[in-house]
Amino acid sequence: MADTELLRVEDLKLYFRTTQGVVQAVDGVDFNLTYNRAVVVVGESGCGKTSLAKAILRLLPKNIDTYSGHVYLNGTDVMAYDDEEFRQNVRWIKMSLVPQAAMNALNPVIRVGDQVAEPAMIHLGVKQNEAMEMARKMFQNVGVPADFLVRYPFELSGGMRQRAAIAMSLVTSPLLIVLDEPTSALDLLTQANIMNVLKRIKHEFETSYILITHDIATSSELADDVAVMYAGQIVEVGDTPRFFPAPLHPYSRKLMNSVPRLHGNKEPDFIIGQPPSLISPPTGCRFAARCPSRFDKCVEDPPTFTIEGRRVKCWLYA
Amino acid sequence: MIESTPVITSEEQVTDQPGKNGALLSLQGLKVYFELRKFGFGSAGFVHAVDDVSFDVRHGEAIAVVGESGCGKSSLMKTILGLNKPTEGHVIYEGKDLGKMEPKVLKWYRTQVGYVQQDPYGALPPFMSAQRILAEPLIIGGVKDKGEIADRINKVMMEVKMTPVNDFLTKFPHMLSGGQQQRMVIARAMIMNPKFLVADEPVSMLDASVRVEILKLLRGLQESYNLSVIYITHDLSTVRYFSERVFVMYAGKIVEKVNIGDLLRNPLHPYTVALLTGTSEPDAKNATTYKEVPPGEPPSLVSPPPGCRFHPRCAKMIQGLCEVQEPPEYNPEPEHTVLCWLYKNENDSR
Repeated sequence: MADTELLRVEDLKLYFRTTQGVVQAVDGVDFNLTYNRAVVVVGESGCGKTSLAKAILRLLPKNIDTYSGHVYLNGTDVMAYDDEEFRQNVRWIKMSLVPQAAMNALNPVIRVGDQVAEPAMIHLGVKQNEAMEMARKMFQNVGVPADFLVRYPFELSGGMRQRAAIAMSLVTSPLLIVLDEPTSALDLLTQANIMNVLKRIKHEFETSYILITHDIATSSELADDVAVMYAGQIVEVGDTPRFFPAPLHPYSRKLMNSVPRLHGNKEPDFIIGQPPSLISPPTGCRFAARCPSRFDKCVEDPPTFTIEGRRVKCWLYA
Repeated sequence: MIESTPVITSEEQVTDQPGKNGALLSLQGLKVYFELRKFGFGSAGFVHAVDDVSFDVRHGEAIAVVGESGCGKSSLMKTILGLNKPTEGHVIYEGKDLGKMEPKVLKWYRTQVGYVQQDPYGALPPFMSAQRILAEPLIIGGVKDKGEIADRINKVMMEVKMTPVNDFLTKFPHMLSGGQQQRMVIARAMIMNPKFLVADEPVSMLDASVRVEILKLLRGLQESYNLSVIYITHDLSTVRYFSERVFVMYAGKIVEKVNIGDLLRNPLHPYTVALLTGTSEPDAKNATTYKEVPPGEPPSLVSPPPGCRFHPRCAKMIQGLCEVQEPPEYNPEPEHTVLCWLYKNENDSR
């Protein structure tokens, strides 16, 4: 199964209607994900990372203006499904989500065991005691003691709640888990612990991940590929062994330089200016205004160039 | 339920002496306990938020207090700011005990100390313009001359690089980006020309790309005004670019005090080592290895474990010692102290 394509996203668009105008949160995103790999989507806040996750899982609010493109899962275009087909055949069964601040996403008045067992009962159609048994196994896998099954969310610490949310996303054995900022609200050692759990699950269950975060340092614990998002578009995709030492896009370079490091002598730097508004994004390259290496060509929208398997949306590589 | 005012159990004498080697601020055996109430009146024990903390902050020095949430960092900071009363021990600023300050002296103390809050949006009043936010401390501080107020606001806005100043003065907090809001908070902390800044996780709410910018701004202010800074954080990777000394805090105690260079070269306490190992750096190799993380979670501060508070999670625990007796402060190398039994033999001066 290795090297088999699991997910391919083509020209995905998600625009929202607001009182100020149409927000182009996800604007023509392309990327793919191979079986049993993890891609991390990084970018500043407001660049459309979370909207991308919602667009892939079709968890949409009411104020949708445009929702188009293709999402191929195991070769099938799931965008062609209607909402009910999507719910029955894709969500939880093939893809599940660990939402942002998952520790607060649990229902406060239902025992965590019941919450973790629920997707198995609804989507796999198993009986309650069987589902509870599955939940117990998942709790073991993520390192929560089994007697926590009968506790309420408020009786668990933040790290334990995050683990419970991960257990819930795993209980239906999906192929792909979308993790939206899974560790950003947690303490350092708890973060490291959760990352260890996710890594082990990836090996044991051969799941794939889409990890959405702004924290490149922590995400490197899990990532095989990096997709850099800027102003609603993916500007660079590459594998970590080549991306981390030498990113291609000027924005990726700036982003990597802004990461403070524990070792080495490199002083961190910052990116001058602010990301553009997504209501009326600039024409041409969206990073041009902040880019140190911009030139005349940057007034035109750059296509995506492929260099030795790495993809970059920048005229420098024309 | 946590009672907001800590109980004062000791009526010790004021040790009205300035700290050693001309320290600006000196904490002596500081304890901050909060009483837990049962049904509103019965006592259900104490939260030992800060337990016997002593250190000196010298003139013009930046120190970092590092620890996980719930270790007592914020209680420590609030006590230094005079927002909590110490249960025991003293906060001495320029030879004056904070607990015994007259209201007038306390007002002076508040002009000496600037406070940079964690969440800039929550810290700025939404109904005040930037101009008004910065004028407020000056008016309260007794500056009456309008021209002087305008000059000082202008100067401080230039310092935090909010230029052109006049464009920003009429803006309200919601019209500013996160980074600009944090600059406003820093400007407000600086407007009374303090000698000393307390920064509580000043960048944790900001985007990665802005963090370094704000830290560099704070560092620049610290150097040009010879400020003393206490920088409270949970992120060891930023500490290096910001401070000279690091105090590692665990469960209400400072377990290691170390100069920044020695922290990376020779960390001593097992908890400090765990924090350093737990900090990730962007490296493709990370994905193939597991991190060594101590099991479990920080203890409850209501009934902390006996002996060393880290012993239930420590891989190097010494049976029969660590879980029985609290470790004293050892000094294995100059300017480097650690609260850990492992260093007993190396320097048995106690």
